[in-house]
Amino acid sequence: MRKIHWLDWMILALLLLFAGYVWTRIEGTLNYKWRWEIIPQYLLHYDQDQGRWTAGILMEGLLNTIRISVLASILALVLGTILGLARCAQNLAVRMLARTYLELLRNIPSIVVIFIFYFFLSEQLIAAFNIDGWARDIARGENAWLWQVFFGDMRRFPSLVSGILVLALFESAFVGEIIRAGIQSIPRGQREAAQSLGLPWRDEMRFVVLPQAMHKIVPPLANQSITLVKNSAIVSLISVHDLTYRTLALVSSTRAIFEAWITTALIYGGLCFLLSLLFRRLEKGSDR
Amino acid sequence: MTDLTPIIQMTDVSRIFGDFRALDRVSLSVLPGERVVVCGPSGSGKSTLIRCLNRLESHDSGTIIVDGIELGEDTRDIRAVRQEVGMVFQQFNLFPHLTVLENLTLGPIRVRRMSRSAAEELARNYLDRVHIPEQADKFPAQLSGGQQQRVAIARSLCMEPRIMLFDEPTSALDPEMINEVLDVMVELAGTGMTMICVTHEMGFARKVAHKMVFMEAGRIAEIAPPEAFFSNPSSARARLFLDQILEH
Repeated sequence: MRKIHWLDWMILALLLLFAGYVWTRIEGTLNYKWRWEIIPQYLLHYDQDQGRWTAGILMEGLLNTIRISVLASILALVLGTILGLARCAQNLAVRMLARTYLELLRNIPSIVVIFIFYFFLSEQLIAAFNIDGWARDIARGENAWLWQVFFGDMRRFPSLVSGILVLALFESAFVGEIIRAGIQSIPRGQREAAQSLGLPWRDEMRFVVLPQAMHKIVPPLANQSITLVKNSAIVSLISVHDLTYRTLALVSSTRAIFEAWITTALIYGGLCFLLSLLFRRLEKGSDR
Repeated sequence: MTDLTPIIQMTDVSRIFGDFRALDRVSLSVLPGERVVVCGPSGSGKSTLIRCLNRLESHDSGTIIVDGIELGEDTRDIRAVRQEVGMVFQQFNLFPHLTVLENLTLGPIRVRRMSRSAAEELARNYLDRVHIPEQADKFPAQLSGGQQQRVAIARSLCMEPRIMLFDEPTSALDPEMINEVLDVMVELAGTGMTMICVTHEMGFARKVAHKMVFMEAGRIAEIAPPEAFFSNPSSARARLFLDQILEH
């Protein structure tokens, strides 16, 4: 049914009416003064002193969000695969451990997980491995620019690492479930055939089970990575300078609440929409 | 059958699922080169019996010694046995994401540590033996059921096992394809391979079996040479079973 029905018109009209109402509330009652013109400079602005275009704080935040998302996705995939395999292990203790980890992360709100992890673990880890000093050395070193491409401002490296770790741990639980479901969808006969050839467990997984499970794993995994991008906003709570954190800062300094948050919403929305388009195309490609 | 030490020795083996005794104190010995056909009504424990021999199923009590190795919890022992014991399944269980040739070479390369070229030569040799050399580069789904089962037989043979187990190899096949698989199995019998077949193909049994094993309710009800078993089964249940499957 591609034809537009009278009901569609009515729904559209109702929506417009509602939008109009919200608009008049903001315009009239709140007496909000729109200042859209100040937003672009926080994305990209021309630096007179250096004579070149530089990223504004929103753009920097977006870049950090992308860095965190990409790195956390990779880490979550690695951890999740281990977790998924552990959930299907023969050894009971391994299975129980994996189950416990999963249930803990699944049943505690992500914000609570983040705070617990940040205050109890992350600080200790960073101190123990002297990541602070190590990052500062790099920031002063010659190849600092290369590190900055991947990790942003190296002076903020420890906080970025905490953000990535927290996010990856949290998402690995869900990735693990996706991998487990994929592995368990492979018929038993496949595994028995591999075993009857005398293949060790590792080869059975690598050559028989995982290649077949891939088809079932990839689509939900793509979804999960989009969820991860959205969830990455919570790392702003532990003062990682991501898009959300920068927006909060922008709002408190300019008071352009609506403009800043609408811009950020559009950026997140656009990013995730692009990702879903990309995954859909990749999926179509792999079907052929 | 010059060597008289059994290659398979099962003693008092039981396997219990909940309160169902799939195997109930089964003892069986098989000599090298011997061909055993196991038959019996469904649910009588035939499949469980041969699945215990390469430990796809674990046994709860009794001992199983295959090629000098006692099967237990030790995974190295289990894998050592599996390398010497080939298995052909009712549902073929070919790896659908690999070509026929890759299906055949996976075991030799990963388990026997053969080079790819040597493994492929071996694989082509065995594809010849099962009369489908031209299908090497196809995927399993592109083959008929009979061809798939012959590939599965070749895949097991590529490991050059000393014993072959067949778990109802023709039960999932369309009638017109059963003979091509049985022909391959008869040819294999001609090479002196030790074979244990769970099957209802009594013509095949009469032709190749040294020994018929009739199972009922988890027990071996009768062991007899095929002539005696078919002409004059000693147990009443075996007689009834034969009447039922040979009626038509």
